[in-house]
Amino acid sequence: MGKRTIVPFGPQHPALPEPVHLDLELEDETVVRAVPSIGYVHRGLEKLTESYDYESMTYVMERVCGICSFGHGWGYTGAVEGLMGVNIPDRAEYLRIVFHELSRVHSHLLWLGLLADGLGFDSLFMHCWRIREKVLDVFEAVTGGRVILSYCKVGGVKKDLTPEMVQRIVSMCDDIEEDMRRTGYVFMKDSSVRNRLCGTGVLSKEDAVELCCVGPVARGSGVDNDVRSASKWYREVGFEPVLYDEGDCWSRCMVRVDEVVQSLNLVRTALRNLPDGDIAVPVKGPAPVGDFAFRVEQPRGEAFYYVQGNGTKNLGRARVRTPTNINIPAMVRTLQGCNLQDVSMLVITIDPCISCTER
Amino acid sequence: MSYAKRSPWLLHYDASSCNGCDIEVLACLTPVYDVERFGIINTGDPKQADILLITGAVNDQNKEVVKQLYEQMPEPKVVVAVGICACSGGIFRDCYNILGGVDTVIPVDVYVPGCAARPESIIDGVVKGLGVLEEKQRKMEAER
Amino acid sequence: MTEEQIFEDLSPADVYRTAEALRADGYRMVQICGVTREGSTEVLYSFDRDHRLVNYRVDVPFGTSVRSITPVYWAAFVYENEVHDLFGVEFEDSKLDYKGNFFRMSAKTPWKGPEKEVS
Repeated sequence: MGKRTIVPFGPQHPALPEPVHLDLELEDETVVRAVPSIGYVHRGLEKLTESYDYESMTYVMERVCGICSFGHGWGYTGAVEGLMGVNIPDRAEYLRIVFHELSRVHSHLLWLGLLADGLGFDSLFMHCWRIREKVLDVFEAVTGGRVILSYCKVGGVKKDLTPEMVQRIVSMCDDIEEDMRRTGYVFMKDSSVRNRLCGTGVLSKEDAVELCCVGPVARGSGVDNDVRSASKWYREVGFEPVLYDEGDCWSRCMVRVDEVVQSLNLVRTALRNLPDGDIAVPVKGPAPVGDFAFRVEQPRGEAFYYVQGNGTKNLGRARVRTPTNINIPAMVRTLQGCNLQDVSMLVITIDPCISCTER
Repeated sequence: MSYAKRSPWLLHYDASSCNGCDIEVLACLTPVYDVERFGIINTGDPKQADILLITGAVNDQNKEVVKQLYEQMPEPKVVVAVGICACSGGIFRDCYNILGGVDTVIPVDVYVPGCAARPESIIDGVVKGLGVLEEKQRKMEAER
Repeated sequence: MTEEQIFEDLSPADVYRTAEALRADGYRMVQICGVTREGSTEVLYSFDRDHRLVNYRVDVPFGTSVRSITPVYWAAFVYENEVHDLFGVEFEDSKLDYKGNFFRMSAKTPWKGPEKEVS
């Protein structure tokens, strides 16, 4: 038996821009135990419901995370609409799908870039981020923001798409698909990528179920709990979950590669079938007493939103459970027994979004 | 002399940012904005860094980390607070676990506003920081 | 995704048994969170099976504790420690207890509600 050492990982670490902190207990080169500790980013923003009414709270919720910001806006407004008993127009539902899927494209490309960076494959990193900028350009043209969009509001969305913009988004999707044909191929076939990722950090299907994993982590292990499957609107635009069975770092990576292409298709279908009509309904008055839970499939997995009304304009409770929260146990479990040099790959492929986790 | 005396190296730390500004900082380094063309390199090592970019507000947990990173950097050094949270706490200033902007812990030389700060303004902030860096360098040499 | 809303009240003593039954039925734990109340903390447990979400509201008076469900769902340690640190709710027999060091904050249990006024 070798000597036990404890190696701290983070919060400032070259492999990951996120302030995650892990204490890795090592026996020689093997990790025997990983203990995460969080709190570097905890803000307590859910408590701001005390000073913001349910409408302006949307802006706070969008800032839970700057990567999947749109989804957080959607999840929160969806929960409030449910609580208030509001049905938003079909066109707004479709526009939300369009922007949510575009967010997924940019988030996955961002992640693929970070993975390539972690692999030391700098040119691939740069390509992923170059492609991603195309999505951000569209965001900026429609909403004025690149990161925080403030596109959702309680009752619908804020801005309609002109026919020219619809055309522009469709051609951007074609463009990115063409890019992905080449870039995705590198992730799929390149030997340096495959050597590093294949067979590393295997999370078995049983473990994924037991640890209640969500998102690409679960789908990379063949577990389908994508909440989009249950959505009427997603079924209308032809959604099918992407599943891989190997459960290793590579399959978690390929889930994201495939989802980029799938999301592009969903966006194009949604835009082709975009219903006419209003984009929002007015919502007024205090939130009634009651509870409402709402779920959205974020790029990193299922996110859970819960609001509680107390008869005033300020909510009694607004809760968001983000995908990383539930994937942390999987990260801890897969880290046990892995090699020290694989730690960064494992952490990246499980993709903890610490800002989301701690709120 | 009109040319820059050195290629500054950046150290980026995410205090309690929502990732929005972090991603924009990274976006500055990648093809469309590409600060590397100014000779700026992103490093993970505080001991080799000239400019500390901090995103997000400071809380009790990361206060020490920020201080430590700042102290590990060699003189002269410049701190750039990126985004409204790093400047003043932003939308989170009323939260119970937020102390305030970065300047509650360490001296800040350049404030970059925005939520999220745009890549153009981040680059502007860094360029402004370069001026401060040179100024500090001159002062150090004069004192020597 | 707008879905059927199922909220049921549960007593703290039944939490563990319910979790075991749900686990045996193939449910996945979705989340646990706290809600600020006067004199107590409401803990909300959510589970999912085949996209059907079930929520249980558990009212935990100050000074009492709940049996941890980490022996059933190990992943629950994230939420139990969170609820413990933010609301001050005690969980018994946790498989992974951070003993109040999960969230390191300046304020102690900032979400805990006021004591109930005795009238």
